[in-house]
Amino acid sequence: MTRQPDQLLQVRNLSKSFVGVKALDQVQLDLKKGEVHAVMGENGAGKSTFMKILMGLLSPDSGEIWLEGDVLKNADVNETLKRGISMIHQEMLVVPELTVAQNIFLGREKTNWLPFWLDDAHTNAQAEAILQQMGVDIAPTTLLKHLSVAEMQMVEIAKAISNNAKVIIMDEPTSAISDKEVATLFKIIKDLKQQGVGILYISHKMDEIFQISDTITVLRDGQYIGTKPASELDQPTLISMMVGREITNLFPKIVPSKGEVVLSVKRLTRQGVFSDITFEVRKGEVLGLAGLMGAGRTEVARAIFGLDRYDNGEIQLNGQTIRIHSPAEAIALGIGYVSEDRKGLGFIPAMTIQDNITLSSLPQHAKAGWVMTDSEASVATHMMQNLRIKATGAAQKVSHLSGGNQQKVVIAKVLQAAPDVVILDEPTRGIDIGAKFEIYKLINDLTAQGIAVVMISSELPEILGLSHRILVLSKGKQTTLLAREEATQDVIMKYAMQ
Amino acid sequence: MNTLLTRSKNLGQYGIFGAFVVICLGLAVINPQFMTVSNWTIIITQVSINALLAFGVTFVIITGGIDLSLGSMVAVTGVVAASLAHPDTYPVIVPIGVGVFSGVAMGALNGLVITKSKVPPFIVTLGMMTIGRGLALILSKGRPISNLSDSFNFIGGGSVLGIPFPILILVVFFILCTLLLKKTVLGRYIYAVGGNEHAATASGIRVNKVKMAVYTLCGGLAGLAGILLTARITTGQPNAGAGFELDAIAAAIIGGTSTSGGTGTMTGTLIGALLIGVISNGLDLLNVTSYYQQVVMGAIIIGAVVLDSWNQKK
Repeated sequence: MTRQPDQLLQVRNLSKSFVGVKALDQVQLDLKKGEVHAVMGENGAGKSTFMKILMGLLSPDSGEIWLEGDVLKNADVNETLKRGISMIHQEMLVVPELTVAQNIFLGREKTNWLPFWLDDAHTNAQAEAILQQMGVDIAPTTLLKHLSVAEMQMVEIAKAISNNAKVIIMDEPTSAISDKEVATLFKIIKDLKQQGVGILYISHKMDEIFQISDTITVLRDGQYIGTKPASELDQPTLISMMVGREITNLFPKIVPSKGEVVLSVKRLTRQGVFSDITFEVRKGEVLGLAGLMGAGRTEVARAIFGLDRYDNGEIQLNGQTIRIHSPAEAIALGIGYVSEDRKGLGFIPAMTIQDNITLSSLPQHAKAGWVMTDSEASVATHMMQNLRIKATGAAQKVSHLSGGNQQKVVIAKVLQAAPDVVILDEPTRGIDIGAKFEIYKLINDLTAQGIAVVMISSELPEILGLSHRILVLSKGKQTTLLAREEATQDVIMKYAMQ
Repeated sequence: MNTLLTRSKNLGQYGIFGAFVVICLGLAVINPQFMTVSNWTIIITQVSINALLAFGVTFVIITGGIDLSLGSMVAVTGVVAASLAHPDTYPVIVPIGVGVFSGVAMGALNGLVITKSKVPPFIVTLGMMTIGRGLALILSKGRPISNLSDSFNFIGGGSVLGIPFPILILVVFFILCTLLLKKTVLGRYIYAVGGNEHAATASGIRVNKVKMAVYTLCGGLAGLAGILLTARITTGQPNAGAGFELDAIAAAIIGGTSTSGGTGTMTGTLIGALLIGVISNGLDLLNVTSYYQQVVMGAIIIGAVVLDSWNQKK
């Protein structure tokens, strides 16, 4: 291969198998200086394996990686970091009890003339310089645990800059930050471009891919599908490249609902978190809950479900005033909750699909405390077919499933408890287009069965595509309740920013 | 080296059971005395007390907790039972019932403090360890309680159809504990709480009740172990059981119960307890002094967990 001055990173015919399964097959990539290059693909397409190989966390079976015209061979993480490849991980890899400056220089601590004596002043000054250059207002002496997710991300980027990174890999950097913070991030990305840094960008959010990236490479099932300038692609083409088939109507047709009120919330207040939230949901209706990150949507859901207390207000279910103290009570009354925090609150990773699906309804499958495995198994098999959960069988552990299938297991568990109303909190976060589509259809099925649905989502197309009515929250207060016909992205954003 | 590594990884696949069989076969070859019925009767009888404690603490460890007060609970229940077991006083069911109940009460107290105060189980049961030891000394006025009825001593020294009574108790409670863990709603909840406590709460499981149940159960089994020990040494000893909690925890861990919770089986724990018994018995037969035995035991605990973590990575 010849030395090409503006080529930063070149990947040729990269392949990797795990126990006979091809995770990556002959993958190609060219990253130029000052380019934002999106790597797209569904979950399981091989993106994370690819990035792990670039970072030196995995070694490829065959193929070559060239950095600025030099081949990278058998490079481990320390080597790739030294050569200028850094990664901003989706799960922030920071030390909460250390300061911003200490985190930035972790592993490369500044010392004075004694090589083991830490030079805090120098460390802080250097960190401050980098943060200022980025235009970020964070004090270098703040402890990481006091920062927001977006700020932690900035610290990670500062760390990459301090490391003279030439290539920065960003793995879903916007999955947990607000729109305003996304704008800050994109500004920093543009600055980095100016300085000639190449950025590999992974995200599931289509809008943002077209907004930020210059070039898009698509992987599917470990295969290299192709690379195109972003300007030559549109969303449907990109989706069909990723999925391998065309998805025409992402959102199913909505049937109007005229059922009676199932859940009614009146002036619900939790001091300092949200106040005076009032809404009702009818049988077969989807109420969308829109708002920015931190608007209090999840907190309202948690209070209704009994995970948090509320101070004032009233909740009525099927006309009866109820007071809920625990999720156990909420489930018994007929309220289901699919959390945004799938790993933390959704499932038990070490348990099987079957055991997870029946977890909220186990007494139904038991006589005198004795579990009847047959009854469990038939329900689990039925649910796996209905929700199209892809697995080797009901006995597979949930930790081994993809994000989309894990989400379906969680939904199956909630449905198994026969709820009248289901609260779905970011039901498609971090799952790929194909599975998203299936979850949309599932939501439609639920309403057809007369279940009332409250759906929290940060993806406006999803809110607009599925909701009958949309409640917008901002800073813990509701700012408007929109009918489907009057809602557009602009209107929702206007009220969300109020 | 590489093949040795892969081979020991493969051994890990069969888990501690493979190691147990290998060690037994090895001992049988070295010393023919080992594989006799009478020797195995001795081993299992000796193991029975530790195994009962280990069953109890397995429930606790699967929920992600720990119980350090087992040894002290053994002493308390022993002293309580012994003081009610003198000849021609109460029928034998009274010392047994009250003894087990005192274990249940202490376990329930552990559970209550842990669930209400949110203080880590390590600290609560560490406190209970000292409280229990103090209680045993207070109740016995610091002196051993002897002169127990024959029917009480039968629990520790008698046999039915040639099988020592402690072995029968061990078998019965092994079956009961296995069924509870694998076949009941409570058993499923125990795994769920240890596997992901927050998800268990959000799934509608009353986590505090499950924790109360396991600590109470653990206390009850410790009570039973205390009675077994008292009947075997025919004395209620306020200083009995010191350090028993560590052997019980070791048996559970060697048997594959993860200290981070969510996994573990009673069969594994039983094999862990038997392995500890077999090794000390085997080393006795080989005339290895007890000083060296401790070194070997420690190495085996670490080795078992290393083997297990290799397994996890695969």
